[in-house]
Amino acid sequence: MQLTIDQLAVRRGSRLVIDDLSFSAKAGQALLLTGPNGAGKTTLLRTIVGFIAHERGTISLEGGDDEREIGEQSHYVGHANGIKSGLSVSENLTFWAEYLAPDAARTEQRDRIFEALERLNLVSLEDIPAAYLSAGQKRRLGLGRLLVADRPLWLLDEPTVSLDTASVALLAGIVKDHIAGGGLAVAATHIPLGLEDSAELRLGAARAPA
Amino acid sequence: MNAFWTLLKRDIRLAMREGGAIGTALGFYLIVIAMLPLGLGPDLNLLSRIAPGLLWIALLLSALLSLGRMFETDYEDGSLELLAIGGLPLELVAAAKALAHWLTTGIPLALLAPVLGILLNLDIAAYGVLVLTMLVGTPAISFLGSIGAALTLRARRGGLLLALLILPLYVPTLIYGIAAISSATLAASEAFWPSFLILSALSMGALVLGPLASAAALRIQLQ
Repeated sequence: MQLTIDQLAVRRGSRLVIDDLSFSAKAGQALLLTGPNGAGKTTLLRTIVGFIAHERGTISLEGGDDEREIGEQSHYVGHANGIKSGLSVSENLTFWAEYLAPDAARTEQRDRIFEALERLNLVSLEDIPAAYLSAGQKRRLGLGRLLVADRPLWLLDEPTVSLDTASVALLAGIVKDHIAGGGLAVAATHIPLGLEDSAELRLGAARAPA
Repeated sequence: MNAFWTLLKRDIRLAMREGGAIGTALGFYLIVIAMLPLGLGPDLNLLSRIAPGLLWIALLLSALLSLGRMFETDYEDGSLELLAIGGLPLELVAAAKALAHWLTTGIPLALLAPVLGILLNLDIAAYGVLVLTMLVGTPAISFLGSIGAALTLRARRGGLLLALLILPLYVPTLIYGIAAISSATLAASEAFWPSFLILSALSMGALVLGPLASAAALRIQLQ
């Protein structure tokens, strides 16, 4: 599986945020997006998911499911965690497991949810409403989505925000397992995740209006 | 389709648990209707004549209160983006959310209406018809309203704009809803079915058009 971006151009307002960008990322490899604020990291990730329309160029996922859009084959971790403060920790995770993988068997789903809670050190908080979690715990719960439903492409936008050092290592381990299993990951991050075998793509500084 | 039910279940559970939206809508409905006799004076004939119209208009306004939140909370906490790439078409995401709104707001309001009818001296013959027409007419409120909720998602003070955009679309539902109730009270029962069937048709049209238009608006909002 390979994510290929060819001569991509994305316009936000009057500014061409991404211009003539080409790269590819292979399965089994993590691609780190770096660059100063405003370089277009978030824009690039949201364009790959399909939220933002691109002006020129192509985005393709070779070896993926041609019937489904790239967004439907991706996990997207954005600035917000996508968790409901009115639901408990396990209810939040159960919802995403059932919503993202509606065809999976119930028993298998329950096992995966429990494994995810265990791996993210959230078991003791299982029944607590998500409203009472700290920022870092909310982030970990948000990342739990990655573990309860299988998707080949992971698009992570600053996934380490508000995580402590131990949790960053935890996240690095999760990403490592994903790419070792033949998955693909593209992460925009300022903190090195400590991944061996990762490529880096440096996006340029903000350009003047074109 | 499983994902649709999962989402519907979650939205209903959240609405029941947080309770604020349902409580506000029901409370607002009660207060508006309770104030009308105070403003209009104790003329029982007058009240009974205009009761169907007042009950419908107040119901529209009460439902409007909670419409703005339909997509807003999901947008704010990032869930909406994830729902959009979840595999369930965005049209069905919008449909599930509108349906949840109807189940948690439209139905309670329709069931409260006959109780409030007592305050307005509503003709006793009209109670059954009132509930029936409101149950059939309120889906249009939720499903057409979802279009407005999606369009005003990122607008500041979107609630006001939402009312301006959506209230005109409720005019047909209002006209045929009131016509159906009036025909029952005036003993002109042959006029009931045409109005009632048009009301049903309006709701069914909204059931299809609402999600399509909301999904198109949501795609723009997610950019």
